[in-house]
Amino acid sequence: MSALPIIAVWLGGWALNAWLARFDTRLSRFLVALIFGITLLILWEMTVRAYAIPTVILPAPSQIAASFTQNTAILWGDFVQTILKGALSGWVLGAAAAIATAIAIDRSPFLQRGLLPVGNFVAALPIVGIAPILVMWFGFDWQSKAAVVVVMVFFPILVNMVAGLAATDQMQRDQMATWAAPYWQSLAKMRLPAAMPFLFNGLKITTTLALIGAIVAEFFGSPTRGMGFRISTAVGRLDLPLVWAEILVAAIAGSLFYGIVALIEKKVTFWHPSQRKQRG
Amino acid sequence: MRNTLPVLTVLLAVVAIWYVAAIGMNSTWVRDQAARSETVLGMGEFVRQTLSLDRPVLPAPHQVAAGLWDGVFGQKITSKRSLVWHGWITLSATLAGFAIGSLAGIGLAVGIVHDRAMNQSVMPWAVASQTVPILAIAPMVIVVFASAGITGLLPKAIIAAWLSFFPVLVGMVKGLRTADAMQLDLMRSWNASRSQVFWRLRLPSSMPYLFASLKVAVAAALVGTIVGELPAGASAGLGARLLSGSYYGQTVQIWAALFVAAALAAGLVFLIGWIERLALRRMGLAR
Repeated sequence: MSALPIIAVWLGGWALNAWLARFDTRLSRFLVALIFGITLLILWEMTVRAYAIPTVILPAPSQIAASFTQNTAILWGDFVQTILKGALSGWVLGAAAAIATAIAIDRSPFLQRGLLPVGNFVAALPIVGIAPILVMWFGFDWQSKAAVVVVMVFFPILVNMVAGLAATDQMQRDQMATWAAPYWQSLAKMRLPAAMPFLFNGLKITTTLALIGAIVAEFFGSPTRGMGFRISTAVGRLDLPLVWAEILVAAIAGSLFYGIVALIEKKVTFWHPSQRKQRG
Repeated sequence: MRNTLPVLTVLLAVVAIWYVAAIGMNSTWVRDQAARSETVLGMGEFVRQTLSLDRPVLPAPHQVAAGLWDGVFGQKITSKRSLVWHGWITLSATLAGFAIGSLAGIGLAVGIVHDRAMNQSVMPWAVASQTVPILAIAPMVIVVFASAGITGLLPKAIIAAWLSFFPVLVGMVKGLRTADAMQLDLMRSWNASRSQVFWRLRLPSSMPYLFASLKVAVAAALVGTIVGELPAGASAGLGARLLSGSYYGQTVQIWAALFVAAALAAGLVFLIGWIERLALRRMGLAR
């Protein structure tokens, strides 16, 4: 019996969306996505209440929200420890190292041909696995998490940056040559700007990797704060609402991180075709 | 094969740097030991000792190779010390999750391409979910399933499936949409039905995208399984090997498990690449 209202809400939300989807304007698209998300949340809440699902298996969204507002201090401390100290510093270091390496091997085709296949190969490996080793080397605090993040983001950014530096065509290089531009000048004025779309592609992919690296590395040992630490200990205490609140923070942080990088990309590569305003 | 020489050079350089780093990082311990026993070590003896410690800070490549050899060939396959056994546990969960996740992703992608409401409802969330570190839920999934009495392969497979689902979904939607207006018009002028358009145009033209996202998905599934093996209580699988190695300071064990995981990832990606080449050649799409 309790299934009836749940199915009714689902059908109602779906019918509304099917009707809205026909308009296909910017506003209606936004509304459709929003309604879908809200419907899922309501269904989740209703299912948990109707079938009295125990909190230790699946807490209702309202419980998660309550836990989120009660524990803001803890969540903020974990955010600072894991995201700002661990993930962000590691990401910046790793990106800087990858860009520097790409420019350093730029003049040697031999090194490029050697490093690129290796980089592509390493980028597909489960690099998170080095977390226990780096935790042993750098200790439990955020330095070891940043080190894991550095290794995780290095290769994807390197591969993208090398591809980006090769993105200019012969005609453009010849043009620089006719202006007698020295290597550094043609690098700074032509090839670095041309590499930016590729670089930002790598930077955007690695935002998620950075968060994953910082969180997972905390499963191998951490001080008594941090998102990975909180998730594993709260799971142990069966405080599932706090775990979900922590996951919510991770989701918000991930989206914000990606969004900020995408925003910077928009400012830097305003000239690229993919950034032009879409018509129609 | 143009790249063989450069790649070999880079690999040799990595091994050389590794040896130097191993000597450097293990030197403190060896020096302390020597000072404690009040012996003076010659250069050769000093280097020999740094490269043959029981629990080195950084094991030398040959120590890792020996650990790998012992784990893979030196044990009975059914033994708990065998890396083949642990690797198989990880691999089976990865493959099960990968199969579930990619089939679900392909199925939902087909729905999304054919239904506008579904497209506008699901796609924004699917794309946004790529920026979320989903892996963080792994320990919770394991513990929740364990409290419901379900352990073993299934919870890990669910994490792996969840991680491989989204890349396949996004890639497949893109692939099913690659057929351009001209080709769709041609199908229309032949009076092709919706299912004919799907089976003869959309599905074949999506294959390159499907395989590209399958490669990403299988690597993600493996990472998901390994992380799923981390929470306390796990005693089998490469993730459990990593964790117990880090608890007991068995660095050689960690590195050996790491190399098995890397080999698994490389093998799986290579396998999909091989199937991709076969399929695309058979379809006349190979370039």
